[in-house]
Amino acid sequence: MKAMLTGFAAVAVIALGANLLLNQAGFASHEKLSGASVRLDVVK
Amino acid sequence: MRVLLWLLVCLTMALPATAQTTPDRSATGGAQTLADIMARQNSVAVDDTFRRENVGDSASLPGVPQLGTQGGVSDPEFWRALRYGSADVRVSAGGEVATVLVQDGGMRWLAYRAGPLRQYGGWLLLGTLALLVVFYLLRGKIPIDGEKTGRTVTRFRAFERFGHWLLGGSFILLGITGLITLFGRVAIAPYLGKEANATFLELGKWVHNNVAWAFIVGLVIIFVMWVVHNLPDRTDLVWIAQAGGIVGSKHPPAKKFNAGQKVIFWSVVLFGASISITGVSLLFPYELPMFAKTFAVVNDIGLSSLLGLGELSETLAPQEEMQLAQLWHAILAFVLMAIVIAHIYIGSVGMEGAYDAMGSGEVDEAWAKQHHSIWLEEIQQEQDTSQGNPTKQSPAD
Repeated sequence: MKAMLTGFAAVAVIALGANLLLNQAGFASHEKLSGASVRLDVVK
Repeated sequence: MRVLLWLLVCLTMALPATAQTTPDRSATGGAQTLADIMARQNSVAVDDTFRRENVGDSASLPGVPQLGTQGGVSDPEFWRALRYGSADVRVSAGGEVATVLVQDGGMRWLAYRAGPLRQYGGWLLLGTLALLVVFYLLRGKIPIDGEKTGRTVTRFRAFERFGHWLLGGSFILLGITGLITLFGRVAIAPYLGKEANATFLELGKWVHNNVAWAFIVGLVIIFVMWVVHNLPDRTDLVWIAQAGGIVGSKHPPAKKFNAGQKVIFWSVVLFGASISITGVSLLFPYELPMFAKTFAVVNDIGLSSLLGLGELSETLAPQEEMQLAQLWHAILAFVLMAIVIAHIYIGSVGMEGAYDAMGSGEVDEAWAKQHHSIWLEEIQQEQDTSQGNPTKQSPAD
C-alpha cells in the first residue's frame, strides 16, 4: 500500500516538475509561432 | 492548359490500355466532370492527377512579364497549386509549417477522429468491459484451491510495486484525460454544457501533458526490472495450451510471469513506447516528424503492399505528420486501455489473492503454488540456500 501511494505521489511530483521545466523550455505556442510584433494576452 | 491537353491526347494515343480507364474530359476542357464529382461523393477513389498537375506554366508562355502579379497563371491554377501543396509559398516567419495554406489531409483526420476513432475505440472499451462482466458471471472469482497456508512469500519488492503504480497511476490519469479530450464534445458538452467541457479539457490537457512524463519514467522502470522475466520460454507453451487454466481443471506451471502476463508486459512496453514517442512528438509540435520516414521504410520493405495499403505517401505536410501522430497515439492507446482493463480485472475482482502481489507484495504460498509454481520453487530454494539448508525438499508442482 505504501509503495502504491509513493507511486501516486511520484506521479504528482513528476507532473509538477515537468510543468515547471516545460514552461521554461520555450516550446509554448506563443513562443514558437508568434513574434515580438504580435500582441498576445498571454498569462505568464 | 493546351499543352496539358495535348499531352493528354498523346498519352491517350500511345497507351491504348490506359486510355480505356482515363475518363473523357474533353467536354469540360480537361476540368473535372460530373462523373468525377459523383464518384468523389460516392467515396470512389478518383485519380486527381489531371487537377493536381494543372497549376499553370508561366515559363512556357510568351510575354508573361507584361501580365499581372500572377504571371501567366490563372486564379484556378493558382488555387489548385495551393490546394495540392505545389505552390511556391515563401514566408518571413513560422517556417515550413506556415507555408501550408490549404491542408486537405486535415479533413480526413477530422472525419476519422470524429467518426471511426470514437466509434470503434468506444466500442472496444465497452465491449471489453461487457466481456469481463460475462466472464465474471460465468466463472466468478478464481479462488485459491484449498486452504491458505498462512505463510507468505515476497512476490514483488517495494521498488517493483512503486514502478508498477507509477506506471499504472499515470496510465489511468492519461486514459481518462485522453478519453475526455476525444469524447468531451459528444459526451460532456451536450449534457453538462460547453463551459464545463472546456474546463474539463483545459484541466485534462494539463494533466495529460505533464503526467505523460511519469508514464515514460514508469515504463522505463518496469522494462528494466522485468524484461529478463518476460522473455518467452517453453513453459509458456504449456500455459497457452491450457489457456492459463481455463481449459481443464489444472493450473499450468509458471515462472515469475506466466504467458498471459508476458503478453501484457510486452503490450505495455511496445504499445506504451510507441504511444510515448508519438506523445512526445505531439508535445513538441512539428519538431519530431516521424511518419514520412516510417512510411518510406514500410514501403521499402514491402510491408505496405503486403497489407494491401499500396504505396504510402513519403511526402507529408507538417500538419499531416501531427495528425497521423495523434491518430496512431489514440488507436494504440485504445488497444492498451482494453488490455489494461482486463489486467485490472484479473488483478482485483477476477482472482482471489492476486491484489496482494501488488498491494503488500506478500502472497500466500498456496496462491503462489497455484499460479506460479516454478517461481515458488526457485524462491524457496534460494531461501533454503541462504539459510544453509540446501537439502530441504521443494514443493512439487
